[in-house]
Amino acid sequence: MHPALQGLLTIALGVGGCVAYFYLSNQFLDRVLFPPRGPNAGRNINRANMIRPWLFLGPALIALGLYLAYPVVETLRLSLTERVPVPGGQPGEYDYNFVGFANYAQMMDEPKFWEAMRNNFMWLLVVPALSTAFGLLAAQLTDRIRWGNAAKSMIFMPMAISFVGASVIWKLVYDARPIDQEQIGILNALWVGLGGEPQTWLTVPLWNNFFLMIVLVWIQTGFAMVILSAALRGIPEETVEAAIVDGANPFQIFFKIKVPQIKTTIMVVWTTITLVVLKVFDIVFAMTNGQWQTQVLANYMFDKLFRANDWGVGSASAMVIMLLVTPILVWNVWNARREMR
Amino acid sequence: MAQVHLRDVVKKYGAIQVVHGIDLEIQDNEFVVLVGPSGCGKSTTLRMIAGLEDISGGEITIGDRVVNDLPPRHRNISMVFQNYALYPHMTVRENLGFSLKIAKRPQDEIDRAVDEAAGILSLAEYLDRKPGELSGGQRQRVAMGRAIVRHPEVFLFDEPLSNLDAKLRTQMRTEIKKLHQKVKSTIVYVTHDQVEAMTLADRIVIMRDGHIEQVGTPLDVFESPANTFVATFIGSPPMNLLRGRITGDTISLTDGPLISLPPQFASNVADGQDVILGFRADNLMPVGHAMPMEGAYAEFKMTVNLSEPLGTETLLFGALAGKEVQAKMLNPRPLQNGEQLQFQLDLTRCHLFDAQTEQSLR
Repeated sequence: MHPALQGLLTIALGVGGCVAYFYLSNQFLDRVLFPPRGPNAGRNINRANMIRPWLFLGPALIALGLYLAYPVVETLRLSLTERVPVPGGQPGEYDYNFVGFANYAQMMDEPKFWEAMRNNFMWLLVVPALSTAFGLLAAQLTDRIRWGNAAKSMIFMPMAISFVGASVIWKLVYDARPIDQEQIGILNALWVGLGGEPQTWLTVPLWNNFFLMIVLVWIQTGFAMVILSAALRGIPEETVEAAIVDGANPFQIFFKIKVPQIKTTIMVVWTTITLVVLKVFDIVFAMTNGQWQTQVLANYMFDKLFRANDWGVGSASAMVIMLLVTPILVWNVWNARREMR
Repeated sequence: MAQVHLRDVVKKYGAIQVVHGIDLEIQDNEFVVLVGPSGCGKSTTLRMIAGLEDISGGEITIGDRVVNDLPPRHRNISMVFQNYALYPHMTVRENLGFSLKIAKRPQDEIDRAVDEAAGILSLAEYLDRKPGELSGGQRQRVAMGRAIVRHPEVFLFDEPLSNLDAKLRTQMRTEIKKLHQKVKSTIVYVTHDQVEAMTLADRIVIMRDGHIEQVGTPLDVFESPANTFVATFIGSPPMNLLRGRITGDTISLTDGPLISLPPQFASNVADGQDVILGFRADNLMPVGHAMPMEGAYAEFKMTVNLSEPLGTETLLFGALAGKEVQAKMLNPRPLQNGEQLQFQLDLTRCHLFDAQTEQSLR
């Protein structure tokens, strides 16, 4: 069968299967299990209503349990074990020996791990702040001009590009050619045009981290802009007019009237981008692969798990990422719920 | 001194003109109410005075200054908005003090002004709350307080009471009137509610479709409306209007009885002229259930189709000259629907309008 047809069939079966599940299981509950008639009609209705939420939530809960909760527990277990081949066994047969926190201790001794921690921390400081600030700026400015919607589409477009795709684009921006050739990377073209020597930007320690961060800022600004633009439009126009009459200038209106009113939205955007940053992998993987002191935690984990085949340390680093993400995630959800109220 | 003068003020949105050359002189310390149905241009006019809308033509002066090109903050005005427009993220104290704070006044002066405003509007105990924790009436008072802390020369009110329930509206109406007596400032107040206009205003400006229809004291516009629009807009229930033609010294109502010409109009009309006779329900009463009328009156029979007892009086709905007519009965008694009564119309309180121009023939 043609792969496209196969894809369509999968979609049709998947969606149809979901609809059928919800419809038929609901019918079964109402018609067969607890029909709202007979001597116990009232009791049956109550029971059906008690079961219905679980019926509808069931598939999601099972899927989340299977693909999220179970892997977390399993990763935790792996991070506390070491994997050794079974003596005299088939290739691929392993024993898992409990080693306590040895994997963690080994990881802590590696400078590369601390480099990843340091870089992740820098990413954490820079990317959410810049993305949110640029997004807010873009939202405010594009709301005030006639071609604002066109500008918005342009700024939003990077959101539609995969991280790897974006990395390829930016790799071209940072591209370097020998000094006697024409520079095809725009950064070097500008640099040489200003009289500099061509640089291999991605190998300049410390700065190369920022060159990588720009890629994520470029992607996330569109996201921040869209959310913040909607929030800005939700501000009652009269409060702005009242501030104008009260004598506020445009900067005061923006910073003292508008921004405080969308504070919770800004926090949600900020923390959402923070979560993306903590998990950042593709950009580093595609552009430097962690060389030249650009390692980050997710790439470190990938290195350990799939290149060094060290499941213990790999899992331990995965647990570290999860520990860092969890509090921000909780705060994010708490903020989002507060905003909905 | 803050008189507000509007000279031939025009507002256009693109090709659409919504305010057509308004002239208005508002005196210092005067309470002027702009009233009219929605879309009449009253809010637009107010927003032009505030500086929130550009002026497309004409001139506005506040005090002695032409303010056409001045931004709102240099006009020495403050404004109270329909939806309160309080800053939700600030406490009441911060809301009140905001304008002074961004004007970089010293903190002790701000505190004094805020406390004074809070005292006038009895807001002292709510100063540390956020607007979300206040009731509608309290929010409206904060909005007014925010307007008075700066001691502006002119207060602008844009339908400030329309979001309040009926009881609170009456109460706040009184407070606004008291406030005007306390702060002694020029007030321009926009409303669509003619009762608010009548009770608050020194002078009422009645607007329709971007034109001023009449300017006058509340009693002026009630007693001598300039045209049929003002006649029906001011006063409740609206004035009865019946078409007819002058025949000698009578008015022959279209499909209705002959009524003698009210004496005050005798010299202003020509024989054969088409007119509109206007009278209020208070001046049409059943014989024997009304106070005896003095002077000229007309008498005719009318069937009462519906009655609404209001306690001290009863509103009667009858049909005269093919139109529904409202009358009043003092000393109420139970009435049968469809009962025919003899009515007396007080001619001295009648109005006469030209049928074509709808202007008063006074």
